[in-house]
Amino acid sequence: MSGRGSLWRDALARLAGNRVALVSLAILALMVVAAVVGPLLLDYRQDEIDWANMAVPPFSAAGHWLGTDRLGRDLLVRTLHGLRVSMGIALLATLVSLAIGVSWGAVAGYLRGRTDALMMRVVDVLYALPQVFFVIILTVVFGRSPATLLVAIGAFGWLTMARIVRGQAMALRECEFVEAAIVGGAGTARIVIRHIIPNLLGPVIVFATLTVPQVILVESFLSFLGIGIQEPLASLGNLIADGAVEMETATWILAVPAAYLVLLVFCFNFLGDGLRDALDPRDH
Amino acid sequence: MHDKSGFVEAAAFFVPAEAVIVTMLAYVVRRLCGAIPTLAVIVALSFVMTRLAPGGPFDEEQALAPEIRANLEAAYGLDQPVAVQFGRYVAGLLHGDFGPSYKFRDFTVTELISSGLPVSLTIGAAAILLAILLGIPAGIWAALRQDQLADRLVMSLAVAGISVPVFVIAPFLALVFGIWLHWLPVAGWVPGRSGDLVLPVVTLALPVIAYLARLMRGSLLEVLRAPWIRAARARGLPPHRILLLHALPGALLPVVSYLGPAVAAVLTGSLVVETIFGLPGMGRHLVQGALNRDYTLVMGMVIVYATLMITLNLMADLVYAWLDPRIRRERRL
Repeated sequence: MSGRGSLWRDALARLAGNRVALVSLAILALMVVAAVVGPLLLDYRQDEIDWANMAVPPFSAAGHWLGTDRLGRDLLVRTLHGLRVSMGIALLATLVSLAIGVSWGAVAGYLRGRTDALMMRVVDVLYALPQVFFVIILTVVFGRSPATLLVAIGAFGWLTMARIVRGQAMALRECEFVEAAIVGGAGTARIVIRHIIPNLLGPVIVFATLTVPQVILVESFLSFLGIGIQEPLASLGNLIADGAVEMETATWILAVPAAYLVLLVFCFNFLGDGLRDALDPRDH
Repeated sequence: MHDKSGFVEAAAFFVPAEAVIVTMLAYVVRRLCGAIPTLAVIVALSFVMTRLAPGGPFDEEQALAPEIRANLEAAYGLDQPVAVQFGRYVAGLLHGDFGPSYKFRDFTVTELISSGLPVSLTIGAAAILLAILLGIPAGIWAALRQDQLADRLVMSLAVAGISVPVFVIAPFLALVFGIWLHWLPVAGWVPGRSGDLVLPVVTLALPVIAYLARLMRGSLLEVLRAPWIRAARARGLPPHRILLLHALPGALLPVVSYLGPAVAAVLTGSLVVETIFGLPGMGRHLVQGALNRDYTLVMGMVIVYATLMITLNLMADLVYAWLDPRIRRERRL
């Protein structure tokens, strides 16, 4: 137990030395707080129309910090709501793929043999499918709701996770502490849950951090095309699509959500890289 | 395979060329055998998924009279059992017939595909070509100037290119080069007017350029640390010979292996680019079909996109296998 504790303490120390990752983490925390609390503190609702201030640029009308869109809706409020939706879907879909991927991979890697071959064959076949296109079919078939998006993205997101976890599990089961557990009379379920999965956490955390921005991008890609989140709900994707229509006359309607999205993706990528460097120092 | 003595490698070197061709053929056959079931799964899955849909394709705001509905369903074969429908669909596919579009009543899906495919292939191929021509030299340049200003510049641009999605790049480029500078048309497609294609192609290429540059830099730096490069330097070979003949062939392998994912990225990006720039390609038909819930159109487009992706991926893998001596000589010794 003390060995694992020091591994995590070392990793934390390495992460604390990585300025880019720390700044990213701080910005992300700020964005989460802003997305959750921000809309409550601002004066406008996301679908509220300010008839006196339509398409006003940032900082020019009282109360509209980042201006309004062509319908007079407050852009900051809508962007924060979009951030909420995009981050919410991304975190939930990542959790879904985490749960499926980790259990699938850990079981396959631990059991090996024919079960493993069969389980990984399923992963291979799904992996070969053009995933974005199947997500599109799913949204066509089951309607364009946040729930469909969540399930459709989560259903494909677990594949790489399963592969990573399987590889780790195969290596871990050869370790002495697993042998000791078997000798101690622990059953398969107990070994997988108590001994294999806790030791997989490092790579799983890294991969999950890098999955979140991918999911954000897929969701906003679909919402941008009009297949994802629908008006009047805001997501970063459909806000950007809105802005693209208006960019000739009102650049900020495009610039504000685009800036938030890019910042979000940047920060997650830098944090993921930082975590990888911290948890897996072998490469360096 | 992994002997340290180098004997296997040395022996493989003397195997006649015909043997190489035979193993390559075997590899091609093996990969094809893997691709065909995948395609079958794609066709079956997309068919089953669209049949699972709650409601039929003719559910509109105004309910149709039952007789009209029955006639429509009979005309499209929807009154048959699902197995019969699937059989007919597959038989049609094998003859290049993707069935009628449910919403564009005047067109068949095959017509829409054959009008859109050339557009999508043109911009896709141009984007991949542009990405190879710019990304690889940029990566080499950055690697040769490691940790200098040029390297930092290329790598920051690459990180930006990877993190900024196509649907942000596209409106941004249209704004700057189309609306502010008036250099290029913002949207539209007149056959033969090549200016229309510049922005779409550049938009599609940018993320791939960024990935290729980063990959190329990383793998070249790794190869340049290898002992045989040090040996070549010690023998006094000129730096450009070392780079071109000793370092690059090996360093290019990871880059070639990225070509498959690059094709996928470009095909996915084409949905956005065709929508934004108003190009009449397959991507726009797919998006329109998805918005209209036009099942046959979406199904047909997804099948064509999947086939393209799998075929091009296969070709990229074959190029890789042909270049990589470890795979080329696999199973021979």
